[in-house]
Amino acid sequence: MSAATTTVTGAATGTGRGKEPVAVVGVGQTKHVAARRDVSIAGLVREAARRALDDAGLDWPDVDAVVIGKAPDFFEGVMMPELYLADALGAVGKPMLRVHTAGSVGGSTALVAANLVAARVHGTVLTLAYEKQSESNAMWGLSLPIPFQQPLLAGAGGFFAPHVRAYMRRTGAPDGVGSLVAYKDRRNALKNPYAHLHEHDITLEKVRSSPMLWDPIRYSETCPSSDGACAMVLTDRAGAARAPRPAAWLHGGAMRSEPTLFAGKDFVSPQAGKDCAADVYRQAGIADPRREIDAVEMYVPFSWYEPMWLENLGFAAEGEGWKLTESGVTELDGDLPVNMSGGVLSTNPIGASGMIRFAEAALQVRGQAGEHQVDGARRVLGHAYGGGSQFFSMWLVGAEPPAS
Amino acid sequence: MPAPMPTSGAAPRSVPRPLRDIAVVAFAQTDHLRTSDELSEVEMLMPVLHRVLAQTGLRTGDIGFTCSGSSDYLAGRAFSFTMALDGVGAWPPISESHVEMDGAWALYEAWTKLLTGDADTALVYAYGKSSPGSVRDVLTRQLDPYYLAPLWPDSVALAALQAQALIDAGDTDEPALAAVASRNRASAAGNPHAQLRGPVPQGDYVVRPLRIGDCPPVGDGAAAVVLAAGERARDLCERPAWIRGIDHRVEAHGLGVRDLTDSPSARLAAERAGAFERPVDTAELHAPFSSQEVVLRKALRLDDRVHVNPSGGALAAHPIMAAGLIRIGEAAERIRRGDSDRALAHATSGPCLQQNLVAVLEGDPR
Amino acid sequence: MPEVLKAPLVVEFPFTRSLGPVQSAFLSGLRERVVLGVRTGDGRVLVPPVEYDPVTSEELGELVEVALTGTVTTWAWNHEPRRGQPLDRPFAWVLVRLDGADTALLHALDAPDGPDSVRTGMRVRVRWAEDRSGAVTDIACFEPYEAGQAAAAHAPTVHDGRFADPVTGIVAPARLDYTYAPGRAQSAHLHALAERRVVGERCPSCRKVYVPPRGACPTCGVATSERVEVGPRGTVTTYCIVNIKAKNLDIEVPYVYAHIALDGADLALHGRIGGIPYDQVRMGLRVEPVWPDGGGHPDHYRPTGEPDADYETYKELL
Repeated sequence: MSAATTTVTGAATGTGRGKEPVAVVGVGQTKHVAARRDVSIAGLVREAARRALDDAGLDWPDVDAVVIGKAPDFFEGVMMPELYLADALGAVGKPMLRVHTAGSVGGSTALVAANLVAARVHGTVLTLAYEKQSESNAMWGLSLPIPFQQPLLAGAGGFFAPHVRAYMRRTGAPDGVGSLVAYKDRRNALKNPYAHLHEHDITLEKVRSSPMLWDPIRYSETCPSSDGACAMVLTDRAGAARAPRPAAWLHGGAMRSEPTLFAGKDFVSPQAGKDCAADVYRQAGIADPRREIDAVEMYVPFSWYEPMWLENLGFAAEGEGWKLTESGVTELDGDLPVNMSGGVLSTNPIGASGMIRFAEAALQVRGQAGEHQVDGARRVLGHAYGGGSQFFSMWLVGAEPPAS
Repeated sequence: MPAPMPTSGAAPRSVPRPLRDIAVVAFAQTDHLRTSDELSEVEMLMPVLHRVLAQTGLRTGDIGFTCSGSSDYLAGRAFSFTMALDGVGAWPPISESHVEMDGAWALYEAWTKLLTGDADTALVYAYGKSSPGSVRDVLTRQLDPYYLAPLWPDSVALAALQAQALIDAGDTDEPALAAVASRNRASAAGNPHAQLRGPVPQGDYVVRPLRIGDCPPVGDGAAAVVLAAGERARDLCERPAWIRGIDHRVEAHGLGVRDLTDSPSARLAAERAGAFERPVDTAELHAPFSSQEVVLRKALRLDDRVHVNPSGGALAAHPIMAAGLIRIGEAAERIRRGDSDRALAHATSGPCLQQNLVAVLEGDPR
Repeated sequence: MPEVLKAPLVVEFPFTRSLGPVQSAFLSGLRERVVLGVRTGDGRVLVPPVEYDPVTSEELGELVEVALTGTVTTWAWNHEPRRGQPLDRPFAWVLVRLDGADTALLHALDAPDGPDSVRTGMRVRVRWAEDRSGAVTDIACFEPYEAGQAAAAHAPTVHDGRFADPVTGIVAPARLDYTYAPGRAQSAHLHALAERRVVGERCPSCRKVYVPPRGACPTCGVATSERVEVGPRGTVTTYCIVNIKAKNLDIEVPYVYAHIALDGADLALHGRIGGIPYDQVRMGLRVEPVWPDGGGHPDHYRPTGEPDADYETYKELL
C-alpha cells in the first residue's frame, strides 16, 4: 500500500486562526473483568472518570464538556444511556455528546472530544467509553431475530475467520503466526494491572494447542468479553501547563468510513484503514511510519489481525506483515512494539476497546505506562476499527507539542 | 426542591467568537408519514441526501465531513446506521461519524469539525422510523434502568406530569395548551412535508392533562443539511444561514430533582449561543408536547413578537432523531428565503426536555 | 404474498443489573418495608437515593430513613395502563415527596375514586407489594392517606444501609414488539427465493450486481432497481470451519461456513457448505444451492463437481 496515492476528499482550504493544540493530561481505566457485579453502570463509568480526573489533578467543576461513547445500546438494554449517566459524569449543566461508530467508537469518541478543544469551543473535556457486557450477552445484541434474514451461521469468530484465511492465502503466511501474537499479547497483559486476562501460566504451546474454534482461529487467539470503562481528560495549552504530570500531545487524528459490504471491498486490507492512516501521518508529518513511530496500540480482536493491520497501516509492505510479527519486531522489547497493554486480545469491553488503545498510546508517550512502558516512546499510534471492517479511527500522540 | 443549574467551570467565560463563520447552506426532508413500511431506512433516507446535495451541486466526494444521528432502539435493530451509510455512497472512503442522538447534535459535531479547519463542507443527516415499534414504550428504555425503567412510564405519561406541574404553577391551562396545538397545526398548513396539516381536534385525554391534540404524531422521516464555512458558504447558497452560536446542555436525569416547569439547560444553552444578545424574529422549537412549548417560551424569553414554529413544529411532524435537525433546517430555510434575518432553532432529547440544544442563525444584512 | 413483506420482531432480554452500594441499600430496604434516602453534602435528602449528587457531582453514601407517607408534587391520570406498568387498572402517575425528603419519587397512585380525587398536594402513603424481592416494584403503588399530617415531624433518621442478605442485583426483563419491514429491494429478493431463484439488483452507475440487494448501491449512493438473476452456481472464495456450536443453531459441528460468489454477482454472500467432508472444502470450490422444502434461503450449498475455479478469477471477490 502507498500512503501517497490516497486521495484526500474535500480537503480544507483555510484554517483561520488555526487549531488549538490538544493535550491528554489524564487517563483512567477500571480493572477490566468479565463481570463487575459490585457497581452499577454509573459506578463503572464513574470509576474510570474519577481516575482520569485524579491523574490530571482536576475535579468535576474543571470539566467544560463530556463526550461519551459506547457500542450498541442493546448491549445493556438502555437507550441513549448518557441521559441517565449525566449525573455520574458531572455533566449536569454542561454539554454532553454521545458517539456511536460501532467498534471504532472508543477512538471516534476521543477524536470528537479532541475537536472540541482544537476548535477552541472548550478548554477541558472529559471523554469516556464503556461497555458492561455482563448486563446481557453481546451475541444476543448482535443477532436480534430479524425476520426473513438468514440466521448467522457462525458465532463471533465466524465473521472474521474467512478473512484471516484470505490473508493467509494471499500472503503465504505460515499457520503459527496467530499463536505468536496471542502469546505475546497475553504476556504483555501480565504487566498491565488493568488488563482482563492475566494468564500467569501462559505458554506458546498452550496457545498452539488450544481448541480450534473457527478454523483458522484458535480459542486462545480470540478476545474475551469484558466489563470496563476508560476515560481521558483532554485540554488546551493552558490546561497542559497546569497539569501535574507530562501531557501526551495530539499530532494527528482521523476517521474514515467505507460501506459495510460492497463489490470490490478488500476485507483483508480495507481502503478506509489505509486512507485513515495516511491522513494521520500527513497531519503528523510522518513519511516512514515504520521508522518514525515508536509503538502501536492497535485493535486486534483476533490475533491474525496484527499482521493484517501492520500492512494496512503502512508498517510493512503488502504481504510482509506476518514477517514483522514472526521476527519478534512487535514484542514489547522489539523494534516496533505492538499492543504493549495486552491489547483487545486480553481486554475487550467493546465500546471502550478503541479508547483503551488511544489511552494506552497516550500513557506510553507520557512515560506513565508502568511495567509495560516502552523505553523512550516519543510517538505512538492508537488505532480502532469496527463494523464490517468499515469504520476506522486513529490518533498519533507525541511527547512533545506539535511543531506548528 | 429543584436543583439549581450549575454553570460550567468556576467562572463562566464570555461567549467566544467561533474560529470560523459556518452556515447552513442547504436543507431537505422527507414527507413525514405515519408509516413508511414499503421502504427500508436507506430507501427512505437516500432521496433526501440526493436532494440536499443537488441544492448545492456537491457530490459525496466533495464533502469534507459527514455526520449522522439515529437510534437503534426505534426500529429494533443494532447498528442500523451502518446500513444507512449505503445511501451516502461512501466510496472512496469518507471522513464520517455518527451520534446516537438527534441529528441536531450530529450538526453540532460537524460544526466543531468545520471550526478546526479540517473540512470546509459537511453533510449532516438524521432519520427515524417510529412506525415499526410502539414509540411510547420504546422511549421508556431511555430511563434510569434501576428505579424508573422497571415501571415502564411512557413518554406521554412523563410529559403529562410536566404539564400538570405547569398548570399547578399557573403557567398554563388546558385551553391554553389547546391553543398552542392548534396554532402549530395551522402553521403546518403551509408545510408540504408535515404529517398533520391543519386543524386536529384536541380529542380525548391520552394521559390527563394531555389530550391527543397535545401530543406529537408518530411517524417516519429523514432530513439532511449541508454546512459550509466562510466563502464556500457564499459560493453554495445565495443567502446562507450563518450559525452565530450553538450550544447544548443536559440536566439531571431524575424528574423528581428537577423543576419541571423550567428549562435551565435550554436557557443556559441559549445564553451561550448568544440568543439573548439581540432579539430573534423566528424560533423553531422542538417541543413534542404543547406543554413543552410553554416551558421553552419562558426559558428562551420568546414573546409574542417572535414567530414561533412557522413550520408547525414537532406537533405537526415528529420523526424522532430527525425532528431537532429539522428545526435547524426550517430556521435556515426561512433565512435563505428572506423570511427571517435572525432565528433561533432548538432541539431536545430525553424525558421532559432533559437535554437541549440552541442554535442562533442569521442571514447577511440586507 | 404482498409485494412488500412485514413480520413481527420481538426484542426481549432479561438484563442482569448489578446495583452498587447505594442502590443495593435502597432496594434491599424496600424488601424490608423501609424507604431510604441519601443525604448530600449540603444537607438535602434525595429520595430515591442516587449515587451521585445531581448538583455537585459528589459521590453520595450517607443513608437516611424517611417516612412512608408523603405529598404528591405532580400527577397525571393514566386511564389505559400499558404493559409492564405498576397497576392494570386506571391509576395516576405521581411524583411523591416523602416526608423527610427534599426530592420526589416517581410511582403509581391507586385512586379508585378516579382522577377527580387526585390533586397536587394530596397526602399519600406507600402500599407494599405482597411479594417483595428487592426492586422498585416492591412498592406496589401509593394510596391516598388523607388522615396523615404533613411533614415537619418526620425528620429523617440515620440508617447504616445494612440488611441481612442484601440485594446486589436485579433481573430486568424487557420486551419490545416491533413490526419489521425489509423494504422494497429485499422483499423482491425474498419473493424470488421462494421460487428458488436468486435475484440481485444492478447499480445503474457502476453496473455492479448486488446480491442480496439492499436498495442502494453502497459505493455510488444511488437506488438499484434493474433486477438480475444470478447463480445458481458459484465459487467458494473463502471459508472457515466452525467447531463450536452456536446457540440457537441446530447444525452439527464441524461444518464449513463459506463466502460464495454466485456466478454473475459482484460480491460474495454467506452460506454453509454440505455434501462434502468439511476438511475437503477449499477456496475455489464450485457449489450450487440446496433448497429447503417450500423455498426460502438455501439450506446449504453443495459441490457441483466442476473443476475448481482458478484463484485469479475470484481474488477480487475476496
